[in-house]
Amino acid sequence: MTLLNAALQGVFLGAFYAVLACGLSIMFGVMRIINLAHGDIAVFGAYVVFVIVEHTGVSAFVAFAAALPVMVVLGYLLQLTVLERSLKGGILTPLLATFGLSIVIQNLLQLTFSPDVRSLGGSAGALTTASWQVTGGLSVSALGIVVLVVAVLVFGALQVFLSRTRFGWMMRATAEDPDAAELVGINSRHVYASATALAVATAALGGFFLAIRSVFDPVSGPTQLIFAFEAVVIGGMGSLWGTLLGGIALGVAQTLGAQVHPQFSVMAGHLLFLVVLIARYGGGRIALRVAR
Amino acid sequence: MRVARWTRTSKLFTGGTAAVAVALACVPLVFESDLVQKLTTLLILVLLAAMWNALAGYGGLLSVGQQAFIGIGAYGTVFFADHGVTPYLAMVLATLLAGAISLPISLFALRLRAAQFAIGMWVIAEVMSIIVRLDQNLGAGTGISLIQMNQYEPNFRQAYTFWLALAFTVIFLVALFLLLRSPLGASLQAIRDDEDAARSLGVRVAARKRLLFVLAGFGCGAAGVLVVANTLFIEPGSVFSVQWSAYMIFMVLVGGLGTFEGPIIGAILLFAIQTTFTQGGPWYLVGLGATAALFALALPRGLWGTVEERLGLRLLPVGYRVVEAKGEERAA
Amino acid sequence: MTLLKVDALDCRYGLLQAVRRVSFEVEAGETVALIGANGAGKTTLLRAIAGVHRPNGGRVELDGVDITTLPAHRRVGLGIALVPEGRRLFPSLTVEENLRVAASPRRPGRWNVRSVLDVFPMLQQRRRTPAASLSGGEQQAVAIGRALMSNPRLLLLDEVSLGLAPIVVDAVYRSLAGILSEGATVLLVEQDLTRALRVAGRVICMLEGRVVLEGAAAALDRDHVVSAYFGLRKPA
Repeated sequence: MTLLNAALQGVFLGAFYAVLACGLSIMFGVMRIINLAHGDIAVFGAYVVFVIVEHTGVSAFVAFAAALPVMVVLGYLLQLTVLERSLKGGILTPLLATFGLSIVIQNLLQLTFSPDVRSLGGSAGALTTASWQVTGGLSVSALGIVVLVVAVLVFGALQVFLSRTRFGWMMRATAEDPDAAELVGINSRHVYASATALAVATAALGGFFLAIRSVFDPVSGPTQLIFAFEAVVIGGMGSLWGTLLGGIALGVAQTLGAQVHPQFSVMAGHLLFLVVLIARYGGGRIALRVAR
Repeated sequence: MRVARWTRTSKLFTGGTAAVAVALACVPLVFESDLVQKLTTLLILVLLAAMWNALAGYGGLLSVGQQAFIGIGAYGTVFFADHGVTPYLAMVLATLLAGAISLPISLFALRLRAAQFAIGMWVIAEVMSIIVRLDQNLGAGTGISLIQMNQYEPNFRQAYTFWLALAFTVIFLVALFLLLRSPLGASLQAIRDDEDAARSLGVRVAARKRLLFVLAGFGCGAAGVLVVANTLFIEPGSVFSVQWSAYMIFMVLVGGLGTFEGPIIGAILLFAIQTTFTQGGPWYLVGLGATAALFALALPRGLWGTVEERLGLRLLPVGYRVVEAKGEERAA
Repeated sequence: MTLLKVDALDCRYGLLQAVRRVSFEVEAGETVALIGANGAGKTTLLRAIAGVHRPNGGRVELDGVDITTLPAHRRVGLGIALVPEGRRLFPSLTVEENLRVAASPRRPGRWNVRSVLDVFPMLQQRRRTPAASLSGGEQQAVAIGRALMSNPRLLLLDEVSLGLAPIVVDAVYRSLAGILSEGATVLLVEQDLTRALRVAGRVICMLEGRVVLEGAAAALDRDHVVSAYFGLRKPA
């Protein structure tokens, strides 16, 4: 039963990874950029929520609702200032520029807040501690359920957005052929910036979940980036639902790995990632595919 | 009109560089061990910058995981020394080990696209870091010292380490230099400029990239060896840290990606910044990151690359030049 | 009334000069055919007018307004629509989605999904088919329909016959005829000389980036056109 429970916890963990990975997948799908600062942006979002909680005393959820519009605007601006330029440079430029950005964010956070580890679990109310025993040996936490449900809702909403709304079609069109998109009246700059804003918003959500289910510090970013990227690769690059499944697969691998040896959990995820990477010789196709 | 490799400037400069190398060899005989240790650090940076440039500048391979090989070099040294090999021989063996490990990695890593390669290498470094952390014999998470070095008197040890660092740096720079001057080198420049065109001309792109990857594996391994030789104590958190990649990226981007002289300049620059700002902490890292990003976006050729382009200058004869009949020169 | 004015336009790809000081005008309601050998600069010229290629010199004016530096999507809002060479449909979007995604700048006019499908009835059955699964002729129809969705004042067509069987091209031009007869202003690039001369009121011939011949289609001697096309010098 412990194995089954471990797998269940892995699903909950994986849902969290999927939320983290969502934004990475969006940016890759629309712009073919892998934002190496993605994890740091998520952590930045966690700090924004933290600041709001510290200054107003509201619950973390309310604080997140307030932080979200800020992050959306920042994401939009990020595209227009840094990322747009990097798109013109060549394949390596976005990676190099976002890597530099990652270092800047980490160290600015370190300067503004101390290197101390923090958590927002306390400000999220009973949610973080509530859990139930289902049958024998299976424990379900309220937080786990919430994250899982939110993850499915977020991915579902994105799916609907991309397949049924005009702006979603515009985003897919720009992803497939930015040149032709301009020719039919689509403002590709606005589409790209909106995609980044969306990615940053989901990253902030991921950071929020990180803060309430665990701890974070200024240099937590790279770890989140690696997990997010692993989720995207395992699920298949360019596939939105794949990212959700990949996240869950990663979570399950980690929790099952912990059953083998407590220090083996992250390693198990890395190994799954490397195996998938090698087996696919570099991941799936670039086109953003939406399951119909 | 003829095609020449050497110009008066490059002859002078190459001769000058050789003289510098000889002069450097005398450093431990003249200076305090403190300075010697600092210069060893500089040589490590030069080596790392040159290797990262070999990968990214000449091979188009952006790796954020070279610290894997740095770690192999460092921990390999400790491993061999713990098993009875004399320290300096252990260092050579550890370097060879790093290069050897890079070969099987290259078999799949080189097939990956840019982002997957970058992060894939990073994950490999993380995997190695975890393996070390699980091994008590290697000090696990707390780190380990190269105690076998205590058999040497500190001044001599510092000198030997410096000479080893100089030897490694010279060997790898010369190897890279010869590589670039060879027909292989021309094909590497072609790959960098346009991979598909090069492939269609019969250039065996995969083999060339593998060569660079393995060379960088050896080189970064050598750097790791020097790190443990220089500081005597290593821990997985620092030796496998992605911070190394950050330094390499900064040095090469600012110095000049794809130029031979650029990385050396970048290394000297980083060294100067590090020694001036030791108290800086996060501020100087913010500066490094921002500068690297700015160069990537605005000055992709780096400092040296821009100078080279503007002045038509080439200090080391790695390219070809078309010499006009009247003795006028134009850079190739 | 002059709808489009191109003045001393210069377009380059790196070091390659594709369009050299090209000047001409298009009157409202005209159909002008742009002809010339491959590499003459026709596609580049159309793309510069549409706004996806930045010119290195010269001006483009639409109805007296200087649009030279305006990005392409804004020009669609002003009434220019280009049907690009090779169709360039959005592969994963259906026919209907391809059409509706192009209706964003809401310009007044008679074109919408219904009226487009009326003009291209073979698309009715294929409304929900992803564009990647369409035949060449169907794709061309969607591409033209997509351009129409913005109710353009100036329609630019780049090689609509490219890669299509003659029967299919006939069908496409039949549908086009209806559009042309309504008084649209059209500038089209066409490899097939006969078709170009038949459908256009005026012809502009380009060679190596320059305009080498211009005149009313009916008035031009065919041999004259052919020699301008290939850059042959007429015997004195």
